[in-house]
Amino acid sequence: MYTQALNAKDAADGGAEDADRMARFQARIDAEERIEPNDWMPEAYRRTLVRQISQHAHSEIVGMLPEGNWVTRAPSLRRKAALIAKVQDEGGHGLYLYSAAETLGVAREELVDQLLSGKAKYSSIFNYPTLSWADIGAIGWLVDGAAIMNQIPLCRCSYGPYARAMIKVCKEESFHQRQGFEIMNTLAKGSPAQKAMAQDALNRWWWPSVMMFGPPDSASQHSDTSMRWKIKRFTNDELRQQFIDATVPQAHYMGLEIPDPALKHDAESGHWTIGEIDWTEFKAVIAGNGPCNRQRLRQRREAHESGAWVREAALAHAEKRRRRAAAAVTAAAAE
Amino acid sequence: MTTAHVPLWEVFLRARNGLAHKHAGSLHAADAEMALQAARDVYTRRGEGVSIWVVPSAAIIASEPAEAGMLFEPTASKIYRHPTFYEVPDEVGHM
Repeated sequence: MYTQALNAKDAADGGAEDADRMARFQARIDAEERIEPNDWMPEAYRRTLVRQISQHAHSEIVGMLPEGNWVTRAPSLRRKAALIAKVQDEGGHGLYLYSAAETLGVAREELVDQLLSGKAKYSSIFNYPTLSWADIGAIGWLVDGAAIMNQIPLCRCSYGPYARAMIKVCKEESFHQRQGFEIMNTLAKGSPAQKAMAQDALNRWWWPSVMMFGPPDSASQHSDTSMRWKIKRFTNDELRQQFIDATVPQAHYMGLEIPDPALKHDAESGHWTIGEIDWTEFKAVIAGNGPCNRQRLRQRREAHESGAWVREAALAHAEKRRRRAAAAVTAAAAE
Repeated sequence: MTTAHVPLWEVFLRARNGLAHKHAGSLHAADAEMALQAARDVYTRRGEGVSIWVVPSAAIIASEPAEAGMLFEPTASKIYRHPTFYEVPDEVGHM
């Protein structure tokens, strides 16, 4: 998820690109063939994927911050071990995704710089604070739940390396959602104070989670081309609806209330319909004015900068060993 | 802010004893030893492998996608390379 695709729209490909090649490319996509790194692809396809995959990777990396915030305060060893494993998975997901983006001809260092300079976007959801332990439950249940809705169709994305990365991610993500739900369910069935804590977390995370699917279809810039190229298989609104339909009954099962007075079940369609989404909040968060945008970027920059000496030392060590090995070979040859 | 280019490695995993190593993904590492350690952390968090190979990505020579027809298409027409091409009477039984 985490691919809200909000950067400026790409200029359409000019007539410069070979219409024949474009037609063959589209025919391959239509035939459900996968596109691989060395295959010919339209420049706009490449740019769209670099943007989407790198935003996705950045989101996984930044996503470690709100949860990492609770590692030392997890209420039991079981919860702590699970949370550490989950945060480590998020880091791993970021790495799979950066690798997939790199197959499109962009360097890792360049992608990292785009994140740290604030040029690249990441999912709006990670700019909200984790104020209580219940937030860790809410993130796993809602945020990872929303991510799975988005990521399962991405396993069939037309670009092979992205699709394969998503298969690995989805396998691991299921544990994330279940551990979150278990936290929420335990709190909801606990003391009145614990239940109130779970409800408070749901109140704060519900709308940001619903917004994770990105702008409504009526306002989305990227959907048409992405759908034609089978980068996306469902629209933002379709995925959002799937998420709502799956999640509302889970909240009710726990005895928690969705913070939306307009929420109602439409018996005819079988769907849950929600009230108005506050898109001004969404835009503000994306524009850098969410509750934690500056803190998140500052923490990422600090982590990157304080790791610089490790990267330099590792490269210097590798170079020294390479030179020593080469010298030993030369010496042996001279004997 | 960017440090020097950290080399890219391809990671291959043997899922179980008796199986071949299979491509799992790629990662960046300063040297082979660190690539192995990173491969273990990134690609085997859930028992995905019992053995890891890491290979510098630059060392891999790949066939050209544009030449796929020339390289592989001729084998499609050589059906006589498959056992089902040959007729064996039913009375002979399994062969």
